[in-house]
Amino acid sequence: MDIFNEAHYRESEYNTRRHFLKNCISGMGALTLGSMLGGDLFANNLPAPMAGHGIPHFLPKAKHVIYLHMAGAPSQLELFDHKPVLNKLNGQDCPPSLLEGKRFAFIRGTPKMLGSQATFKQYGESRTWISNYLPKFASVVDEISFLKAVSTEEFNHAPAQFLMQTGSPRQGRPSLGSWATYGLGSSNENLPGFIVLLSGGVVTGGKRLWGSGFLPTVYQGVQCQSKGPAVRNLQNSKGVDAKLRKQTVDAINKINEQEYQESRDPEILTRMSQYELAFKMQTSVPGVMSIDDEPDYIKNLYGVTPGEGSFANNCLLARRLVENGVRFVQLYDEGWDTHGVGPGSGVDVGLKDKCSRIDQSMTALLMDLKQRGLLEETLIVWGGEFGRTPMMEARSGQGFFGRDHHGEAFTMWMAGGGIKKGFSFGETDEIGYSGIRGKVHVHDIQATILNQLGLDHERLTFHFQGRDFRLTDVSGNVIKDILTP
Amino acid sequence: MVKSIGTNSIYRLFWILTILFMGSCNDSSNTEISFNRDVRPILNSKCLRCHGGVKANGEFSLLFEEDAFSRTQSGKPAIVRGNHEKSELYRRLVSKDPEIRMPYESPELSQEEIEILAKWIDQGAKWEKHWAYIPPIENIVPPVVADSGWANNPIDQFIFSKLNEKGLSPSIKADKNTLMRRLYLDLTGLPPTIEEAEAFLGDNSPEAYENLVDHLLESSHFGERWASMWLDLARYADSKGFEKDTNREIWKFRDWVIAAFNNDMPFDQFSIEQLAGDLLAEPTEDQLIATAFHRNTLANDEGGTDNEEFRVASVVERVATTYEVWQGTTMACVQCHSHPYDPFRHEEFYESMAFFNNAVDDDSYFEKPKLFTYSKENKKEVEKLLDYINGHLFPGDGQVTKSRFLYDQKEALLTHLGYRFTEAEAFDNTSPFIELDGGLNFLWQIQDSSWASYNDVDLRKVNKMGFLVSASLKYAGDISIHLDSLNGRKIGQVRINSTEDSKLEEHGLKIKEVGTQIPEITGKHDIFLQFHKGESFEGHLFYLDKIFYYEKEPLLANYDKEFKQKLEQLAQIPTTSTPIIQELEKHKARKTYVFDRGSWQNLGQEVQVGIPNIYAVDESKEPSNRLEFAKWMVSDENPLSARVAVNRFWEQIFGRGLVESMEEFGSQGKNPSHPELLDWMAVKFMKEYNWKIKPLLRDFVLSATYQQSSDASTERLELDPSNSWLSRGSRKRLSAEQIRDEILLVSGLLNKTIGGPSVINSDVEIAGGWNTLPDYVIKGDEAKYRRSLYTFWKRVNPPMNMIVFDSPDRSACVSSRVLTNTPLQALSLLNDKTFFEASQLLAKQMFEADDQLENQIKFGYFKVMGKTLNGEKLKHLTQLYKEALMHYENSRDNLEFPDVALQYSDKNKPMLAALTMVANVFLNLDEFIVKG
Repeated sequence: MDIFNEAHYRESEYNTRRHFLKNCISGMGALTLGSMLGGDLFANNLPAPMAGHGIPHFLPKAKHVIYLHMAGAPSQLELFDHKPVLNKLNGQDCPPSLLEGKRFAFIRGTPKMLGSQATFKQYGESRTWISNYLPKFASVVDEISFLKAVSTEEFNHAPAQFLMQTGSPRQGRPSLGSWATYGLGSSNENLPGFIVLLSGGVVTGGKRLWGSGFLPTVYQGVQCQSKGPAVRNLQNSKGVDAKLRKQTVDAINKINEQEYQESRDPEILTRMSQYELAFKMQTSVPGVMSIDDEPDYIKNLYGVTPGEGSFANNCLLARRLVENGVRFVQLYDEGWDTHGVGPGSGVDVGLKDKCSRIDQSMTALLMDLKQRGLLEETLIVWGGEFGRTPMMEARSGQGFFGRDHHGEAFTMWMAGGGIKKGFSFGETDEIGYSGIRGKVHVHDIQATILNQLGLDHERLTFHFQGRDFRLTDVSGNVIKDILTP
Repeated sequence: MVKSIGTNSIYRLFWILTILFMGSCNDSSNTEISFNRDVRPILNSKCLRCHGGVKANGEFSLLFEEDAFSRTQSGKPAIVRGNHEKSELYRRLVSKDPEIRMPYESPELSQEEIEILAKWIDQGAKWEKHWAYIPPIENIVPPVVADSGWANNPIDQFIFSKLNEKGLSPSIKADKNTLMRRLYLDLTGLPPTIEEAEAFLGDNSPEAYENLVDHLLESSHFGERWASMWLDLARYADSKGFEKDTNREIWKFRDWVIAAFNNDMPFDQFSIEQLAGDLLAEPTEDQLIATAFHRNTLANDEGGTDNEEFRVASVVERVATTYEVWQGTTMACVQCHSHPYDPFRHEEFYESMAFFNNAVDDDSYFEKPKLFTYSKENKKEVEKLLDYINGHLFPGDGQVTKSRFLYDQKEALLTHLGYRFTEAEAFDNTSPFIELDGGLNFLWQIQDSSWASYNDVDLRKVNKMGFLVSASLKYAGDISIHLDSLNGRKIGQVRINSTEDSKLEEHGLKIKEVGTQIPEITGKHDIFLQFHKGESFEGHLFYLDKIFYYEKEPLLANYDKEFKQKLEQLAQIPTTSTPIIQELEKHKARKTYVFDRGSWQNLGQEVQVGIPNIYAVDESKEPSNRLEFAKWMVSDENPLSARVAVNRFWEQIFGRGLVESMEEFGSQGKNPSHPELLDWMAVKFMKEYNWKIKPLLRDFVLSATYQQSSDASTERLELDPSNSWLSRGSRKRLSAEQIRDEILLVSGLLNKTIGGPSVINSDVEIAGGWNTLPDYVIKGDEAKYRRSLYTFWKRVNPPMNMIVFDSPDRSACVSSRVLTNTPLQALSLLNDKTFFEASQLLAKQMFEADDQLENQIKFGYFKVMGKTLNGEKLKHLTQLYKEALMHYENSRDNLEFPDVALQYSDKNKPMLAALTMVANVFLNLDEFIVKG
């Protein structure tokens, strides 16, 4: 870490502890450890070092974010971007003008145009086009703002995921959730502020996608699982139960407290509080992470699959986590890479099947948050790392309907947390290849997310390797068109 | 490139003057203004954002001296030396017009700041370099202090004098037990064993401590401990990074680093071999392995990526890493534009890049060039076989090649005899649809009509080619063989059918050889293999393992069965490969261009090798190749290498650098807390110790400064909160490696084997797919408890306990680790499988050591901490034991006990379980994971 931020970080920590020392330790005698650490000073287990530096920069519209990342990149042309002209061109050679100077992951030579494999209808008061792949979602379009012309420069999964989640295509930068918790801290003393849930397989970009980069590691995402132990090493070892664990943690902290009396190293006090938090997490995380106690109608609403690490379960968990004050919940659902290299991996059968696994649960998430009054304070973001080409990939030279990676224009959507309802922004050309109106870049999405949390993406910076870094690098504009006034 | 000579000595004079002035006064009213001390901080914080290396508004920049005094947009210079009234810079600072007044749209400068700038201009506006770019002066005399015998060596004189200045005094000496543990951890990364602890504590001679220092400096664990530090800088890992994160066999570099530290290789040699070992005369295997330092860059094996893009990215990264590691200078921003705060021009980055731009490697799968080496045991075997074969071939005294390397001798010999094959993945070029299987053992075609090529294949005597393949489809595909280009003359074709019925198996796949005759061909050719689909396409075609070239009348046909067997044996002996740096031949040399805005696709002017102007090296003495560049870096003329190195070792021992910003010595870094000490040590390191590290570390740990107690009082914390002035010993959490190694050692689990292939333990998460393990890793019991620096390191999924305890992921060079304190660390120490296993083993030893509870606990604590347990702590531990015992005495089911307890019966069973909880506490104590 660089000196400037370290200084601030340490200073704020140090002052907190010093305050803590003067007020608590000096007259400690009778105080038990539990009451010592249960006080307000540690209510926020994540220090927010930017606090006191004018943060939040302005009044936040959202307290929480749920980001649904469809890893592998879904096809906008089968879901949201209705292109009748492309359907007419189906099967014809792609015009060379579209291929000049372009790099694709797998397309070589002259590919054929591929019309949408889905059928579209308009829904809701907003008359939004939605395909038959998302029948349930069609009923909530009046809650959503669509971004139809999002673009990215990256055309391979990992770099594009890094760009989407960290603002840079190379690994090593802090993720969105890390920036958010770095700016705002957590709001639950028993849970991490940034939680990651996976379904559908291992996400290509790996753990660094929720890494804290050069920010202190307290801000990294904590990967929880809906199957098995929710957090690594959360479960006690064989032969140790909760009571015994409490007794060991008490013994550890009593001896650490003694050590503190001798060395006066304030870091020991932090360690003691972290042992308390670890113990609390052992109790609270399995509770929050268990969906068993949800009523049946809620389970049915989401279509949960008990005992599995499914997207449906993760959506329900996301609501529970937000309800419990977790700042940033990041979902990755892997398996959207529809190249059509074989039967079942195309935008026809394969994609439709994949959609059927998210349609109900993401719709349920919106409805459930709304009925609890949480949607207003929770920003939901949905999207892949890029889109798919209007051309058929035809890697095998034969009949599976696949689309290659495509970054020039694709669809994302946002809802809740100060986002306009039933709105659509941006437009692509007749075949859905390029944005022609309302184009936004990945960095604009990021600027907007931070904006809704009350953070100015240009002022949320961290000094590292000789310069100030920020999530949006040197660009990014808040997409004001989709914000409620 | 510098035109004037002699600036160096002038700068030195400034430096001396600066020191003199710093010593004599703080009040600037009547004294000379120092640019570095007084002016630069104002310019940096108030002006350079708009008038620096990124922006030069009004065509005025204060970054370079020549720019600061040249004409601005208005046609006149902004600074008129000797007259602040006539200087636009001054007028702008005091103007009342908000459109004119600087800093624009920002708060005005304070009166004091304005006066400093005015006075500086009046005094002639003398420019100075930032301190770090002026070489350290050689004859600094350690300050004489009246310290009543506290100081052990000159380091202490510097420290004591600064403490005095700050109104502080040294802390008392740490007790012998604490010092012992500190010293073991600092020099070997491991705490003492119980036997070592007893031996040292029983030695009451006055030389006991010094003897221990010398003993530990000679320990073979010394190299392991210091390699851990260096591997962060070298961004060493066992995989390539990016999406595929495929495996990379490069562990010999790690072993080279360990050996270099153990042998106390002088740091200048250590540096030169890593940066340019390949350019030394007749480089040895070890010197070539050293160059793998810069083969630790990421490589991208994703489909559709441009190899040139990632080759360039690696070279750019090598420049930035070299400057960070040896110069403590952040160059990354200069890639896109001139440095915003330090005088590095945009093109200077590319002049440095020109030194590195002619490495052969080009982001290809196979990672050529590689060095193939044999293990010590196999080496003997190879030599024996070579002797036997050469003896038959050349009855006198001859051999096919004079190469110094056994592998080359073997290759030449096999080729000579007509025994020829190549690994399919050793291709020179491919279409983007070629990948390797997860273990990198097979070449894999992911699309019809993909291809691979092999350069300069000698086909003169060849009449048949064979392909070792694996396929699952009945008719999987065909390989057609073409000469010189993809559309070149077709010289053969093979059809690949299912190999499911084959008895041969390699890496878990059934394999079979298929062959084709080829016509007579003269000379060397590039060979192109094109792959075609068979009956259908299922995401891939087949796997290709090896390619054989059969000669019509191979020389080996003339020899008997025994000879052929020996040849077969020789061909089968496994090698270790290490990617290395090699320079392109002259006629293939690449040109280097400036990248506009840092983009490799926007080429600017061509540049030649050179070093940044700020170093003021006479043009005629500038290095002209990578070897000379490396030598210059560690020469007396270089102002930074020794300082940066000394600072790194200092930070490891004392907890923080004298320059706290380890990676940045430039003007955006922190000033040294003890500048004279830093320079004095840097000079001593170079001149007196000839860059040897052990004597330097010896000085550090023998100092009274090092031996202070780390206990702090509230007063000390107020005056020196982060221990910048070293008024107490360092108290710092151990590194991830040290914590795990320590747990293994105190519980008796540690396997102390040094070096060898990377190992798999419970920290390694293998997700499958591309994450399959390579064949060379060590698995199972012999791998589980090795020291952490041997853990197989995947960049995308690095070892969990390493990351939880703040290891970088090794994607990029990291100069210092940021230590965090998180609940995940607590959960790991409490519940991690291996750590809990250690708790149980420790409990067992405590139980066996004595039959009194108090003694059992005391024994365990001594084993863990190397000191006697005090009464208060014993009380807490005894209480925990009693609580736990009560719990276990009421437990019935075996599942309610830790496994170790099940080895005992009756009363002993709950006692073992309860002791396990006590041992578990030991391994979680703050004092245990901290060097105090």
